Amino acid sequence: MARKTPEINASSMADIAFLLLIFFLVATTMDIDSGLNRVLPPWSDKPQDAPDIKERNLMFVHVNKYDQIAVQGEVIDITQLKDRAKEFVLNRADDKNMPEKETKKIDLIGEYPVSKGVISLQNDRATSYEMYIKVQNELTRAFNEIRDELSKAHFGRNFAELEKHQQDAIIDAVPLKISEAEPQNIK
Amino acid sequence: MAVIRKKEKKEIGQISTTSLPDIVFMILFFFMVSTSMKETELVVQFKAPEATEIQKLENKSLVSYIYVGPPVASLQAKFGQAPKLQLNNTFSDPEQIGQFVASERDNLNEADRNKMTVCIKADKETRMGIITDVKQELRKAEAYKVSYAANRAAGNYRY
Repeated sequence: MARKTPEINASSMADIAFLLLIFFLVATTMDIDSGLNRVLPPWSDKPQDAPDIKERNLMFVHVNKYDQIAVQGEVIDITQLKDRAKEFVLNRADDKNMPEKETKKIDLIGEYPVSKGVISLQNDRATSYEMYIKVQNELTRAFNEIRDELSKAHFGRNFAELEKHQQDAIIDAVPLKISEAEPQNIK
Repeated sequence: MAVIRKKEKKEIGQISTTSLPDIVFMILFFFMVSTSMKETELVVQFKAPEATEIQKLENKSLVSYIYVGPPVASLQAKFGQAPKLQLNNTFSDPEQIGQFVASERDNLNEADRNKMTVCIKADKETRMGIITDVKQELRKAEAYKVSYAANRAAGNYRY
């Protein structure tokens, strides 16, 4: 006759599981990191020649130590920044003082006048980080809105909902051109 | 015709706890899968700024962190309240970023090295001076991909 195996007492299982649970609760984090992604320009020791960009293709954005914003030397409020940036990049009226456009053939979209406009951002060492992020956010939003408009016109959906290759086409048509000037103190 | 039931005093039996370990194990597995281990102990405190156009950082193993902010309350007596830089677990100078980036890059696969991203987690009250120093050092260290950590704006502050 087979011997009966005595039943294992499982009442402490809950305690063990609770112990492990509490350990994992304490030792781990769940936060998802998110932020504004940027690509920095390569470093060079030599003082650089001013890059060969025509004046009409540049939009200067300065943020001074009092967190005031100036676009092309004109003081504006942060609420106006996005629209100014959009107006500049799109140049719908083909203004002589606004950026040139270069017609390129892009897959899926066809011929599209790609703006040559570059937004040049410069800040003071005493500018607050919060303001800097706000400005970066507004500029990103300008580009995102342009991309959304274009992808709605071509694909009928927002940029974020597109397939990867469609997104690439839109990025080719509306490149994120924000350049950060070499740091220096501005007034 | 109403049937009148005689109220019986029912005795409540003991609740069975045999399924308790299963429930707890289930919660345990959920936490094991959805969280990741804390790697650094913060010695600076920061409150990230808010933004609306943020993107998620996709591959966590490719991300290195640089923290900027005032020292935590318990260390303020020793180090003051001026914003400081934290690499790994200690206060550092911007000059040490090159070394930090090199060692972080060594930990990655060769194929992934150019995909390395540096996440700058800075307090919103910080001045840009120290951030600019960090950015210049990152450029020297050839770590070009950066992400400025920000929280999604709570209110819809779209202008």
